[in-house]
Amino acid sequence: MSRMVLQDILYIVILIGLSVPLGSYIYKVMTGQKVFLTRVLAPVEKGIYRMMGAVPDEEMSAKKYALSVLLFSAAGFLFLFLLLLIQGFLPLNPEGMNGTSWHLAFNTAASFVSNTNWQAYAGESTLSYLTQFLGLTVQNFVSAATGIAVLFALIRGFVLKQKKTLGSFWVDLTRSTLYIFIPLSFVVSLLLISQGVVQTFGPYHEAAMLETGAAQTIPLGPAASQIAIKQLGTNGGGFFGMNSAFPLENPTPFSNFIQALSILLIPAALCVSFGKAVKNGKQGRTIYITMMIFFAAAIAAATVSEQFAAPAFQGVAVSGSMEGKEVIHGVGASSLWAAVTTAASNGSVNAMHDSLTPLGGMVSMFLMQLGEIVFGGVGSGLYGMLAFVLLTVFIAGLMVGRTPEYLGKKVEPFDMKMVCLIVLAPPLLTLLGTAAAVVSPGAVSWLTNSGAHGFSEILYAFSSMANNNGSAFAGFRADTVFTNVLGGVIMLLVRFIPMTAVIFLAGNMAQKKTVAAGEGTLSTSNGTFVGLLIGVILIIGALSFLPALALGPIADFFTT
Amino acid sequence: MKSMKLLRPALVCFALMTLLCGVLYTVVITGAAQLLFPNQANGSIITVTLKDGTKKEYGSELIAQEFTGPEYLVGRPAGVTNLSPTSEEQKKLVEERIDWWHSFDPGNTADIPMDLVTASASGVDPNISPAAAEYQAARIAAARNVPVEEVRRIIQTYTSGPFLGVIGEPAVNVLKVNLALDGLLSS
Repeated sequence: MSRMVLQDILYIVILIGLSVPLGSYIYKVMTGQKVFLTRVLAPVEKGIYRMMGAVPDEEMSAKKYALSVLLFSAAGFLFLFLLLLIQGFLPLNPEGMNGTSWHLAFNTAASFVSNTNWQAYAGESTLSYLTQFLGLTVQNFVSAATGIAVLFALIRGFVLKQKKTLGSFWVDLTRSTLYIFIPLSFVVSLLLISQGVVQTFGPYHEAAMLETGAAQTIPLGPAASQIAIKQLGTNGGGFFGMNSAFPLENPTPFSNFIQALSILLIPAALCVSFGKAVKNGKQGRTIYITMMIFFAAAIAAATVSEQFAAPAFQGVAVSGSMEGKEVIHGVGASSLWAAVTTAASNGSVNAMHDSLTPLGGMVSMFLMQLGEIVFGGVGSGLYGMLAFVLLTVFIAGLMVGRTPEYLGKKVEPFDMKMVCLIVLAPPLLTLLGTAAAVVSPGAVSWLTNSGAHGFSEILYAFSSMANNNGSAFAGFRADTVFTNVLGGVIMLLVRFIPMTAVIFLAGNMAQKKTVAAGEGTLSTSNGTFVGLLIGVILIIGALSFLPALALGPIADFFTT
Repeated sequence: MKSMKLLRPALVCFALMTLLCGVLYTVVITGAAQLLFPNQANGSIITVTLKDGTKKEYGSELIAQEFTGPEYLVGRPAGVTNLSPTSEEQKKLVEERIDWWHSFDPGNTADIPMDLVTASASGVDPNISPAAAEYQAARIAAARNVPVEEVRRIIQTYTSGPFLGVIGEPAVNVLKVNLALDGLLSS
C-alpha cells in the first residue's frame, strides 16, 4: 500500500515538474515567439503555409475561424470514413483485412475526428496498417492540435481589446502540430519502443508454443508511433484491441509510467500556458489547483476501492482486486491509470474498467460525467473548465448583484448562452443516449454483466462517448448498428457544438473593452474562488448524474 | 462562395498533415526503431540457439503461452471476462479455478495467490506475481526431481520490477522461467 501511495505522489510531482517548463514552451509557440526548434522547423512551417495559399498572419473572425475548424474536420472525417470502407483494396495490408461495415466506419471516423477514440472494433483483427497510420495516427495528431488551436482562440478573446479577429486557425493548427506534438511524440515513441512496444511494417509473427507446440500469432504493426500520440493528444484509441493493457502496447512498468505521464502532460501544461498568456500566472494556477484537487481525490478513491473493496474467496490469499488487471500494473498503477485516463478525455485503459470494483468504476464514470474538465482533453479540457469558471463568476455576480467580470471582461447574456451550450451539451447527450439505449429492444443482448452492473455498462458507454473520452466497460458489445450510429452522432455533436460555442464566445469577448478591476470585483485567483468553482462543478455533475449513478454503480455496490 | 474560399486551405492543410504526421513521422520512427531496437520493435521474440547450432523461436516474451504440465510454471487464466469482480458469475468462475488448482497440486495447502485465479486485462498476461511463482516452486521441483532451491533461483532470475523500487509491481515472466527450466535459456 505504501508503494502505491509513493507511486502516486511521484507521478504528481513529476507531472507538475514537467508541465511548468512545457507550459512556457507552448505559450511561446502559440504566440509566435522563437523557441529552440524554430531554426529547424520554421522553413517547414513556411512551406506549409505557401502550399496552402494561406497568409500566415491572416486574421480570422470568429465565424471564419469556426468555419475553418469545421471544414478541416469534415475533410478528415470523409477521408477516414472512405479509407475504412476501401482498405481491403489498398496496399500495406499484410493480414488482408477487408473494408469495415458502413456503420463501423461512420462510428470510427466520428470517434477519431472528435478526439474521442471510442473503439467498436479490435485493431489487430479489423484494420490494415495503412488505415492505422494514414488514417488514425493523423487524426490523433490533428484532432488534438485543433483542441489547442481553439483554446488559444479563446485565450485571445480574453486578451485582445476591441478586436474583431482571433488569429488564424491554420497557423494555430500547424504550429501546435509541428512544434508540440511531433517532437514530443518522437521522444515518447522511442522510449516506448525501447521497452518492447512494436514498430514495424512486417506481417504478424507465427511462433510455436513451448509446451504444446501449437501455433501462436503475435500481432505486430507500426504501433509505437501511434501510441505516443494517442497518449500525448489525449486520444486513447488503442492500436490493439486490448489497448494499453496489451503487453505489446505497454510492456513494462516504465512504459506504463511514461504513457500515464504523457496523458496528462499537455492538459496540465496548458494551465501554465494560460496563466502566461493572460499575463497573470495566478489565474492559471487557480485552475491547475482546482483540477488537481479533483484528480487527487479520484486517485485516492479509486485505489482505496480496488484495494479494500475486493471480494475475498475461501482458500485464496487476501489481496486487492486482480480481475481484469495485469500483474505488472497491479492495483496501484491500474487505479492511478483509471483516474488519469478519465480525468483527461483520453480513454485508453491498462485494466478492464468493467472489472473495476463498483465504486472504483464509478470514480472513472463520474470524472467523465463532470464534462472532461479535470485536465480533460488537450485544449478542450481547459476551454471546458473556463466555461465553468465563467459560470461560477456569473453565479457569484448574481449573489452580490454586480455585473460579473473575468480577466477584466464583462460577462454578458450572449457569453452565458455560449457557456450554457458548452456546459450542458455533454450531460444532456449522455443521459439521452443512455435512455435511448436502455429502452431499445435487444439492449440486454449487448451486455456481459447483469443487474445494476449491466446498466452501468450502458451508462459508462454513453458517458464516455458523450464526453469524448473513449474508454469503455468493455463487456458492452459496441459494434451494433444502433450504438455505432447513435454514438457516432453524439460524439460529433458533443465535440463540435461546444467547440463552435467556444469560438463565438471568444469572438464576442475579443470585441469588449477591458474594465479595470475595482474594489467589488470578485477575485478569481484565491482559495475562496477555488471552493466556489469546485462547488459549481460538483452541483452540475451531481444534479445531472446522481439518479443514474444510483441505479448503476451505487446499486451495484449495495447489492453485491 | 466564402466557404469555397476556405475549402482549399482546409483540403491542402489536411493533405499536408496526412503526409507529415501519417507518412513521414511513421516511416522515420519505424526506421529508427528497426535500427536502434530491432528485437523490441519486432515483438520481443525469444530465439534460442540449440545444441546442434540451429536457431529456434519460442514466441514472444510479452505474450503468455499455455502451460498445463506440473513440471512447468503455470500462468494466469487465459482470456478476458469483463465480469464485475463482485458478481455471482465471477464467484463461480473463481471457485472453479480454485478447485482446478487443488486437484492439480493436491498436496499444496497454502492460500492461492489472487492473480492465479483471476483473468488479466490483456488475456495474455505474460507474468505472474512472485507469490504465485513461489506457490508453484515445490510442485515444479518435485515433478522435475530437482532441488526446490534450484527452481527458486531460476524464478528469481526472471523476476523484474518494480521500476526504481516504486513504479509498478514485481513480476515473474512465466515463459522465460519455463525455458530456463528446460535448459533453453541460461539459468
